[in-house]
Amino acid sequence: MSHHIVEVKHLQHVYADGTVALQDVSFIIHHGESVAIIGANGAGKSTLLLHLNGYLTANSGEIRIGDFPLTKKTLPEIRRTVGMVFQDADDQLFMPTVFDDVAFGPFNLGLPVDEVKQRVKAVLEQVGAAHLQEKPPYHLSGGEKKRVAIATVLSMSPDILVMDEPTSGLDPFARRQLMGLLRDFQHTKIFTSHDLDMVVELCQRTIVLHQGIVKADGPTLEIFNDDALLAECRLEKPLSMQGCPVCGKGR
Amino acid sequence: MRSIDGAVLDLKRLDLLATADSVIHRLDARAKVLTTLVFIVTVVSFNRYEFTALFPFFIYPVVTASLGNLPGGYIVRKIIMVIPFAFVVGMLNPIFDRELFVRIGPLAITGGWISCASIILRTVLTVGAAFILVGVTGFLSVCEALERLGTPRTFTVQLLFLYRYIFVLTEEGARASRARELRSCGRKGLGLASFGPLIGHLLIRTWLRAERIHMAMLARGFTGEFHSRQVSGFGWRELFYVAGWSAVFLVLRMENGAQWLGRLVTGGLS
Ligand SMILES: Nc1ncnc2c1ncn2[C@@H]1O[C@H](COP(=O)(O)OP(=O)(O)OP(=O)(O)O)[C@@H](O)[C@H]1O
Ligand SMILES: [Mg+2]
Repeated sequence: MSHHIVEVKHLQHVYADGTVALQDVSFIIHHGESVAIIGANGAGKSTLLLHLNGYLTANSGEIRIGDFPLTKKTLPEIRRTVGMVFQDADDQLFMPTVFDDVAFGPFNLGLPVDEVKQRVKAVLEQVGAAHLQEKPPYHLSGGEKKRVAIATVLSMSPDILVMDEPTSGLDPFARRQLMGLLRDFQHTKIFTSHDLDMVVELCQRTIVLHQGIVKADGPTLEIFNDDALLAECRLEKPLSMQGCPVCGKGR
Repeated sequence: MRSIDGAVLDLKRLDLLATADSVIHRLDARAKVLTTLVFIVTVVSFNRYEFTALFPFFIYPVVTASLGNLPGGYIVRKIIMVIPFAFVVGMLNPIFDRELFVRIGPLAITGGWISCASIILRTVLTVGAAFILVGVTGFLSVCEALERLGTPRTFTVQLLFLYRYIFVLTEEGARASRARELRSCGRKGLGLASFGPLIGHLLIRTWLRAERIHMAMLARGFTGEFHSRQVSGFGWRELFYVAGWSAVFLVLRMENGAQWLGRLVTGGLS
């Protein structure tokens, strides 16, 4: 699998209670692209991401990751390719210590102990959580949990990184750090966010979801300059693209 | 519910203790699991009226806990928690079994009381040994060891999930009850009426969350195999450990250690 293409075709998802979370979603994301998925609360962003590593199964439509369609048989392989950070970090951490949690994935990949230790140390440093190594995950603050959750996924060196609101709950410094980290990540990355400034900085391409359908899909700057579209989808221009309210200078 | 939360955090502390480093911690998990199994089987194999002969067996938990640097007070508190359950099991014995066993002055002790006390003592010993095993090994490593000792994988995986599930359930419980408490403005909530939905809600939430955690495990390549960061093999040290303790248990099982000690003391005096 050299080209990590993510292809979603006419995806529809209806929850058991009848909520139509995704009506008809299609897009193709090519290798190395950095794509933001934005939209109002309840637009279906998390639902869409949960499809990308097979946590949810579609009511109709198709998903292809790399050369494989997502089926029961290809699922283990696809889950190794797609690293996924959940919206709620508590769902992601389950081992007695931070070290064990981050080491869980590499061990399952069958790496030798020494290499696992090195990797764990390296990724924890990357996310600025090296000092938390021996702490139990349930005693961490919200932002610390998030950082460790991101480390658990990075330690698997995934080919496609999928993150649900990676910067929510992070302090400004940790947010910057994470943005630097994402910028350095060479492979495909897809994330949802309400942090529109980060989207402008990191993603060349943005997909706007609105009530379960793709409202727009294109270059980030173009989308943020379309005021009518933003208003319709309960969004607004990132602060960095608005005029300065204090000094009055516009861009 | 807040106390349940506390109790579980306490249980997690047990797992955390296992990440420490000591002579006992460094032993291969299989050696510790085997020794604990031999210990439990020996203790359980005594006849139901045995009481005094059980006391010398405390040597095993005491020695392991202190070599493993486990905090004594904490372990004792954990063990005391299970005594009421053991008492419930043994409670009926004094009622049905009224045969006179010994008479100490005016006090007549029936066989029922003896067997009830024996049940409690055995529970304390076996549960204590199990707690200490987890405290010096970690639950994950215990599962791993069980598997390497030949237990079917499906069984060990279930065991591990069950253990995880306890935490998830109580965490969700603690959250739900905290939310309820905060909104009931100091009154006793809405009474029993709000408990039914709360419990139903709790089970669904726990189930969904357990699913998501399982998903997170699968996403990180979990195939039902366990790995721990300790690399250890079953060497001479382990063999010596298992054989040594087994010999001690066997001797204590054959000879009544307490009487033997008593004889030694009185013999030495006379
Ligand atoms: N398990 C579920 N059962 C039923 N409906 C659900 C379930 N999960 C989500 N929904 C509904 O599906 C819709 C999409 O939810 P989703 O979580 O994908 O939104 P989102 O775009 O991630 O929002 P947010 O920005 O708030 O995270 C919402 O209307 C939500 O109420
Ligand atoms: Mg969401």
